[in-house]
Amino acid sequence: MKRETLDQLLNAQAERHAVALVTSLDDGGERVVAFENAASDLLADDLEHAFRYDKSGVVTAEEGQFFINVYNPPLKMIIVGAVHIAQALIPIASATGFDVTVIDPRGAFASVERFPGVTLHAEWPDETIPQIGLDARTAMVALTHDPKIDDPALTLALRSDVFYIGALGSRRTHASRVERLAAHGFNSGEMDRICGPIGLDIGARGQAEIAISIMAEVISHLRKGAPS
Amino acid sequence: MSSPDHGLLGDTKGWLDEGRKVALATVIETWGSAPQPVGSQLAIDGEGNFIGSVSGGCVEGAVVTEALDVITSGVSKTIEFGVADETAWEVGLACGGRIRIYVEPLGTE
Repeated sequence: MKRETLDQLLNAQAERHAVALVTSLDDGGERVVAFENAASDLLADDLEHAFRYDKSGVVTAEEGQFFINVYNPPLKMIIVGAVHIAQALIPIASATGFDVTVIDPRGAFASVERFPGVTLHAEWPDETIPQIGLDARTAMVALTHDPKIDDPALTLALRSDVFYIGALGSRRTHASRVERLAAHGFNSGEMDRICGPIGLDIGARGQAEIAISIMAEVISHLRKGAPS
Repeated sequence: MSSPDHGLLGDTKGWLDEGRKVALATVIETWGSAPQPVGSQLAIDGEGNFIGSVSGGCVEGAVVTEALDVITSGVSKTIEFGVADETAWEVGLACGGRIRIYVEPLGTE
């Protein structure tokens, strides 16, 4: 790999641009293709597939054999609620490659002392989330079980194509949440996207185990899609 | 899926800036139960120091040897490891999978 190519990849990563590196396995020739230029590339179909599924691999074309290496920007996790479970979830999410943002309008919770080194917004979710942006590589985790704080975040998530939405709370809490969101015009199919109670059922006890069950559910949605 | 190890490239830039010779090994294909997904990378310097991973530790030693060759020759190569190749290679993947690795010089003009 040329020095120039390495610098291009590192710049793309720093600026959160999705790019792919195409390397000819026949002669070592290489090019960096930006996501927005994929359609006009020689390997347009393969590149679009690789970007969409975040899947690197070897492709064979008339021109020879190529390795497509996808460099998508990091996954995002938005945690609403600067609570105890969030403190346990953040290191696990970071280790699995997520850029984590924590939102909680309650300043006493969203303090740097409680969340050192984390992107923290002591604001209402509907103020902050539109600035962060929600996309198919984002997971939304609502942990306050306060409708005033969780519901605006869930509403925005349901209107986006985030790959995971989870909300903390018992079955009863979730049932009343579903009723409130129905009043906002969401149908039951749409609300099925919300995982509630949050997390895989592994009998988790305490914040660390709950964080593991949430992370396992997020990864399952990422790798295998939402269960049908 | 998210390609792993992309943070490794930033580290290799540091190596190059220090004037070290570097080779990059990338898993380009896997069959069966390979331990690391496609896109996994190992960076090797001329002294045999390495960062990253292309298997669970089964073939790293052999990849480093190949990488030192690549650093010397400046020519990229593709190598394969797997149970089927046990006679050809001293090392194999205990898990029964097979991987194909592209080894190239890094930081060329």
